[in-house]
Amino acid sequence: MCLGVPGRIIEMYEAGGLSMGKVDFGGVTREACLAYVPEAQVGDYTIIHVGFALNLISEEEALETLDLLRQIGELSVLPGTEGEAE
Amino acid sequence: MDENASIGYQGPVCPIPLTHTEQIVMGHGSGGKLSHDLIQRIFLPSFDNPALRAGDDAALVFPNPSTRLAISTDSHVVWPLFFPGGDIGRLAVCGTVNDVAMLGADPLYLTAGFILEEGLPLEILEQVVASMHAAASEAGVQIVAGDTKVVQKGKADRLYINTTGVGLIRPGVEIGGAHARPGDLVILSGPIGDHGISVLEARGELGFESHIQSDIAPLNHLVSAMLQVSDQVHVLRDPTRGGVATTLNEIAGQSQVGIVLNEGSLPIRPAVAAVCEMLGFDPLYLANEGKLIAIVGRSDAERVLQAMRLTRYGEESQIIGEIKDTPQGRVLMKTTLGSTRIVDVLAGEMLPRIC
Amino acid sequence: MKYLTEYRDASLVHNLVNEIRQTVKRNWVVMEICGGQTHAIMRYGLDQLLPPEIELVHGPGCPVCVTSLELIDKALAIASQPGVIFTSYGDMLRVPGSGRDLFSVRASGGDVRVVYSPLDAIKIAQHNPGKQVVFFAIGFETTAPANAMSVVQAEALGLKNYSVLVSHVRVPPAMHAILGSPENRVQAFLAAGHVCAVMGYWEYAPIAHQYKVPIVVTGFEPVDILQGLLLSIRQLEAGRFETENGYPRVVTFEGNRPAQEVLQRVFQECDRKWRGIGLIPASGWQLRPEYAHLDAETRFSVGQIQPEESPICISGQVLQGLKKPKHCPAFGSLCTPEHPLGATMVSSEGACAAYFHYGREAYG
Repeated sequence: MCLGVPGRIIEMYEAGGLSMGKVDFGGVTREACLAYVPEAQVGDYTIIHVGFALNLISEEEALETLDLLRQIGELSVLPGTEGEAE
Repeated sequence: MDENASIGYQGPVCPIPLTHTEQIVMGHGSGGKLSHDLIQRIFLPSFDNPALRAGDDAALVFPNPSTRLAISTDSHVVWPLFFPGGDIGRLAVCGTVNDVAMLGADPLYLTAGFILEEGLPLEILEQVVASMHAAASEAGVQIVAGDTKVVQKGKADRLYINTTGVGLIRPGVEIGGAHARPGDLVILSGPIGDHGISVLEARGELGFESHIQSDIAPLNHLVSAMLQVSDQVHVLRDPTRGGVATTLNEIAGQSQVGIVLNEGSLPIRPAVAAVCEMLGFDPLYLANEGKLIAIVGRSDAERVLQAMRLTRYGEESQIIGEIKDTPQGRVLMKTTLGSTRIVDVLAGEMLPRIC
Repeated sequence: MKYLTEYRDASLVHNLVNEIRQTVKRNWVVMEICGGQTHAIMRYGLDQLLPPEIELVHGPGCPVCVTSLELIDKALAIASQPGVIFTSYGDMLRVPGSGRDLFSVRASGGDVRVVYSPLDAIKIAQHNPGKQVVFFAIGFETTAPANAMSVVQAEALGLKNYSVLVSHVRVPPAMHAILGSPENRVQAFLAAGHVCAVMGYWEYAPIAHQYKVPIVVTGFEPVDILQGLLLSIRQLEAGRFETENGYPRVVTFEGNRPAQEVLQRVFQECDRKWRGIGLIPASGWQLRPEYAHLDAETRFSVGQIQPEESPICISGQVLQGLKKPKHCPAFGSLCTPEHPLGATMVSSEGACAAYFHYGREAYG
């Protein structure tokens, strides 16, 4: 249910009363609806599913995860955060 | 199905797709399993003969012992008629030139039959014909016979073209889908998916924009260059509808060998890969109209590869896999992670997915 | 591609696999509940890399397959009506109803069109004022916000010729149904990353607590899936059962508030029948009364639908049989080794089938 692809917002505009944007997936662009990411700005990365941005991608979290993953096997450090509920 | 069954959930419940035995559906034209079934069920029983049964891109016939001809026919119904990198005319010429060349033959003559829709602007027809002329010149073939029919408005997407090609197979050349042998290497002449994606984009239904161009090209000169340096070219095929995956499955079946691909070696343009990610397509199933697959004896593979890389349409050639004796009739792929997966035949049309 | 290629890196994958191997001590059964994750596991052969102690079970995570036969038949009936343009996500076209599919309807003259986005269906409605445009609104919570927005837009634009055929399904009730079954073997869940991008993962805390099952929000690339697995195995080995976020670059605890607001505005919970499983209470979404006039089920009279599953497939026994294909009566005849399952994981056409037959048996 989840074919969501990361893309970079390269343009933002309004169309039909909705916040829309042009998203670049690496050599191919497509229009997507940005209504669900009101905080989005040009240059942000987002996950696009059926022409809608679901969430912005946090570069910080991404780098942190990759860093920790690179160390796995040496330090046995676990990436990921525990849920707030128990 | 018992609706009151408790959820003893055991796995995905995907209902089997229908086999469509009553009507033609679009999938029958996609070059995959449905197309294959159609040939087996309807055409072969009536038209049966050894040349047809061989199942190669062109038919190998011997009107007399010293003359071996390759004959192939193709109909072109692509829509839209014009797209980045090509058009129906170029496709009509190159498609058939290539099918003939895949038997190791020098394509000589083409026929061209046109079905024109009432109301088609003559300007369009002129453009298409000019394109065919350019492609034929490049390939070095002559269009020697033709036909034109007009149908009522609405009965054809403006223009359909059928081309039939004839070529002479050189003495000593034995190339065909059944000739792959364990130990051979698989060479692909360049990046996959360009044609499939450029046409999809030109249709405009899925709304994406890229600079991808169709790769339509006549490959007979490339084939000549290869045959000049080696007599160990066992199979040639152009991965058109159904893509590399379907083509290799056909060969694996004809030769009764196993084919193992190396995912990391597959050439693909980043933009084509990006479109595939977006739509959930597997690039191995996309159509190519200016690429060939060659299965070559291991000792000659490097030499053939170098010869290919010196030609206009073979610059980006890569060795992408090898032939094994098992699993017979199957194509596998070694992923970039070191695991192995099956590469199956396309069932019907390739559809964008949300899953 | 940024945020994609890094998560397919072979060395990271191997680090994770090694760590999983070192961590696991006992046998565990882990379920991933998303078709996209199943697809990735198949495509990259991830299950081949795992130690034998870990059994991966694939959940009912493909909305295309779990859409009830009845609803597919309704879709076919509506699509067959003159003056209707039936729009749908691509992968639905191949799903069989009782004897037909949307391809057959198209072949018989129905105007069936694939759309990439529900907003494309809205555009088709705007450009074809003389036709009725119906959109097949299927999906999990990931797709619901997009489908909901098309409803909101139709209303805002005053479109009289747009309606939706709704078949939304929700993950948490399915998890309850699976975990609550007496035959349940699942000991940990990899939660669907993009469902959680929308809904957050606060809904899973009570489930983890009630059934004592770790639930780890997991992404879709090989590194993400293995990371999710590692986190669940760690919990299992330590006897913990908590929710955990293994996809923090996209998912937050609360989820996407603007999307949830639109979902609340447009949809309300309802019971839903899942193909191959049965009725799961409160497991679906339907249009709220305020939007009922956009409901295709009421706009079109489709008569009595008598759904008929193929007797060969989709029955409790065959579900079991699919796990052991040689016992399935259709195996090798109608249901070829290439396509024992078929409708889903469609673009990799055989990768899924391969898993069930060759992935395990032949290639380990």
